[in-house]
Amino acid sequence: MTDFLTGPWPWYIAGPLIGLSVPIVFLYSGRKWGISSTFRDVCAATFPGGSEYFQYSWRDRGAWRLTMAIGLVIGGFLAGLTTTDGQPISAATQADLGALGILSVDGLVPSEIFSWSGLTTVPGFVMIIVGGFLVGFGTRYAGGCTSGHAISGLSLLRVTSLVAVVGFFAGGLLSTHVILPLLLGGGF
Amino acid sequence: MAELEDPTQHASVRDRSMPTKTERLWPYLLLGIALGIVFTRSGVVSWFRIQEMFRFQSFHMYGIIGSAVAVGAISVQLIRRFGVRSVTNRPMEMPTESFTAPGKQYWLGGSVFGLGWGLLGACPGPIYVLLGNGVTVMPAAFLSALAGAWVYGALRHRLPHS
Repeated sequence: MTDFLTGPWPWYIAGPLIGLSVPIVFLYSGRKWGISSTFRDVCAATFPGGSEYFQYSWRDRGAWRLTMAIGLVIGGFLAGLTTTDGQPISAATQADLGALGILSVDGLVPSEIFSWSGLTTVPGFVMIIVGGFLVGFGTRYAGGCTSGHAISGLSLLRVTSLVAVVGFFAGGLLSTHVILPLLLGGGF
Repeated sequence: MAELEDPTQHASVRDRSMPTKTERLWPYLLLGIALGIVFTRSGVVSWFRIQEMFRFQSFHMYGIIGSAVAVGAISVQLIRRFGVRSVTNRPMEMPTESFTAPGKQYWLGGSVFGLGWGLLGACPGPIYVLLGNGVTVMPAAFLSALAGAWVYGALRHRLPHS
């Protein structure tokens, strides 16, 4: 039991629980579950500028998901208090990452890169700052992320979401197999 | 059919005992907390798990996304089939037509997001969860994501859509 509470959860427990978010939100308020729209809400609430894209009632349309986002932060904090075990990462991935100089798969991120000193290096800057920027830009351009398109959109059998998910993987494969090796193995 | 008897008799009884509820925010807070815990425990927030996925070296992330979609799709079918209403009586935000020709924004925007996902190893939900997990540089990634969303809003009319 303690192992279950603190250790890594298998996919067949986590996946269905995550999928339940779709009917829970539909049954409560009829809203379509998604997270990346909160980036738009925060921009609209704090620094809308002149773009009509940020001229909407973010309170009516976004308060629910902004509240959920605050919950995500709290949930991450609570889970972080008790997480002791790392994820059981496959030996093949460990070997591939080791060849790129990432020798430890402990924790949730490669700690040597995802640190304040790592942020001042070219790989750290590209992975954290450029990566974050592309996540914000791309999800708003596509109109959704892994939650809104891959899970909600595919649950609704949307062809548009399927196209977006194919795009997610095209971009992710390019980053993983071309950009990361250049960044981490290229002597930056 | 259940529809013939339900609205007149059972629903009127239910309406008197359970009036339509006002939408509150605390259920969303609880949902977020639960998801934050599930995302952390299952490694959805792990940069290494995302690498494993994009290297096709583990079934874990595919199992999570696939079973989440299965549960979501079955739920959506049941909600549609039985015409279930939301407890706050807001309309279901479900598209009615079955096919929309996908515009360019889906594969262009999707690929841009994918590039970022592969580098940062976190999609929007995990960015929030990792803020709470105490990954100290995540606020920088979050602010950068906001900047990305803002720049999209500013350039939107110049980008190809539809």
